[in-house]
Amino acid sequence: MAIRQAILRASRRANRGHIGSALSVADLVAGIVHALDLGRRPEEDRDRFVLSKGHAALAYYAGLQQVGILGSSALDEFCADGSRLATHPDRGVPGVSFSTGSLGLGVSYSVGSALAARLRGSSRRTVALMSDAELNCGLTWEALMFAAHHRLHRFQIVIDLNGSQAFGATSDVLDLRPIAARLEAFGFRVDEIDGHDPRQIREALEMPADGDRRPRATVASTKLGHGVSFMEGRLEWHYRPMTDDQYHQAMLEVGPSCDERSSTR
Amino acid sequence: MRRALVDALIELAARDERVVLLTADLGFAFLEAFRDRFPTRFFNVGVAEDNLIGLATGLGADGFVPFAYTMAAFALPRAFEIVRNGPVAHRLPVRIVGVGGGFDYGTDGPSHYALDDLALARALGEIDVFVPADAIQARDAVQAMSGCAGPVYLRLGTELRGVLPIPARAFEPGRIRTLKEGGPRSDVCLLALGPTAFDALEAAPLLEAAGIVTTVVAVSSLRPLLVEDIIRVVSGARMVVTLENHAVEGGLGSLVAEVMAEARLRPRLWRAGVTTRRFAPGRPSYLRAQLGLDASSLARRIGEALREP
Repeated sequence: MAIRQAILRASRRANRGHIGSALSVADLVAGIVHALDLGRRPEEDRDRFVLSKGHAALAYYAGLQQVGILGSSALDEFCADGSRLATHPDRGVPGVSFSTGSLGLGVSYSVGSALAARLRGSSRRTVALMSDAELNCGLTWEALMFAAHHRLHRFQIVIDLNGSQAFGATSDVLDLRPIAARLEAFGFRVDEIDGHDPRQIREALEMPADGDRRPRATVASTKLGHGVSFMEGRLEWHYRPMTDDQYHQAMLEVGPSCDERSSTR
Repeated sequence: MRRALVDALIELAARDERVVLLTADLGFAFLEAFRDRFPTRFFNVGVAEDNLIGLATGLGADGFVPFAYTMAAFALPRAFEIVRNGPVAHRLPVRIVGVGGGFDYGTDGPSHYALDDLALARALGEIDVFVPADAIQARDAVQAMSGCAGPVYLRLGTELRGVLPIPARAFEPGRIRTLKEGGPRSDVCLLALGPTAFDALEAAPLLEAAGIVTTVVAVSSLRPLLVEDIIRVVSGARMVVTLENHAVEGGLGSLVAEVMAEARLRPRLWRAGVTTRRFAPGRPSYLRAQLGLDASSLARRIGEALREP
């Protein structure tokens, strides 16, 4: 099942929100789980994919399901009583290295994980997917400074630049533009992409072979609720679950053509 | 104590290549020996306590044993939530070293005091809490951490106060040490946390001279803590006094009060500790006297309390 359908179906079944955030990162997650080796190599050499914006866990689970790290029926347990698959990821879930949900922490954990790889002499990669609002957090910048200072070039952040945070537009709450220039000034190698274009995502996740030792930041422009017309760019879909009618409408909109696009390798 | 810690860390790191030392820009004239011996396993993360703990979480999740070194005033008070969601929630062997417990950084003033760190550590629940009294206990505490699968908070003093009169194996997690035995019918049982054991030991002869039979017990860890040992030493005493360089809320005094209440023990209890935040800075010895926590103040207050009906 394609990632957007899996997200919508699990959300409807559990009657839970955060759909907008999950749809915003759906294409990025699909790109990351396919670009990294999350399951083949021995545990210590496997790449790490950390979802720092833990509230998009639905997309994370759906992505892990796509590459077989989570079983095909795992999402049936989403938000069930006693299930590990909560609205924020837990380390006990296969493929999840860190429990996240408290914003800003995942990036710091990820840099620690990338440092661990360096100390082990492992060539594994660490990719942290974060929200643009996590750039509000001081801890995020502490972690980025450390990664740049220590030239952790196999560490990469992917920023879900949907311009929306819990209680307003990021430009109204705390305007961080120009984001790319700021990251560059902090010692990152930055690229800017369309976060819903699989080809651009794929290219951004390739390891450059030019000897640049800077860690990387991919600023991916996205839309909250992308793929479902009545959710796109609308803040309430940070919170609301769907009614049955909305669910059927949404499933129609993310139908087969979208499936193919979002699961293209 | 800091010297002992660094020596113990070097010894540990030589045996165990998982050991990594991170500091939030603290350790001048102490940590250089470790840095020079293990330059690839030493990281000064800058003035960034939150990231100190976040990085340690990342390293700990990958099989390393990170020691995160900073002031007790900042380790838990500043990075509390990172500690909770990081090493504690992930159950990782992260060792948080808080230097300068209580008002040890006396003349530096209140920004540098840690009067609430133990309350925070206890509120975290699943983190061991070691408060060594002297250099030998500090060394032993580092060695004892090898047996701790989860996180540890190690609170160090900065004052040089000597060495406790106890035999080998000076520190074992959870074990208390009787420094002076007053027998089963003591008038007062003094339970002193970490370096305050020296004040309790100083108060003992003053009390005895006044005819007050005194037991002195050193407590050097709050978690684990063998509750039965606490019950055993306080049972039979007319008065129990807890002593700590910490606020009276949430530290040893609170813990002993909980233990006594649940065990239905009813001797008079005095939780000696810091009861106000409004005091002028000064050297630790000055502050102890000002706050009524030095030996003569303790002896006077205990004598008065025991004379009350």
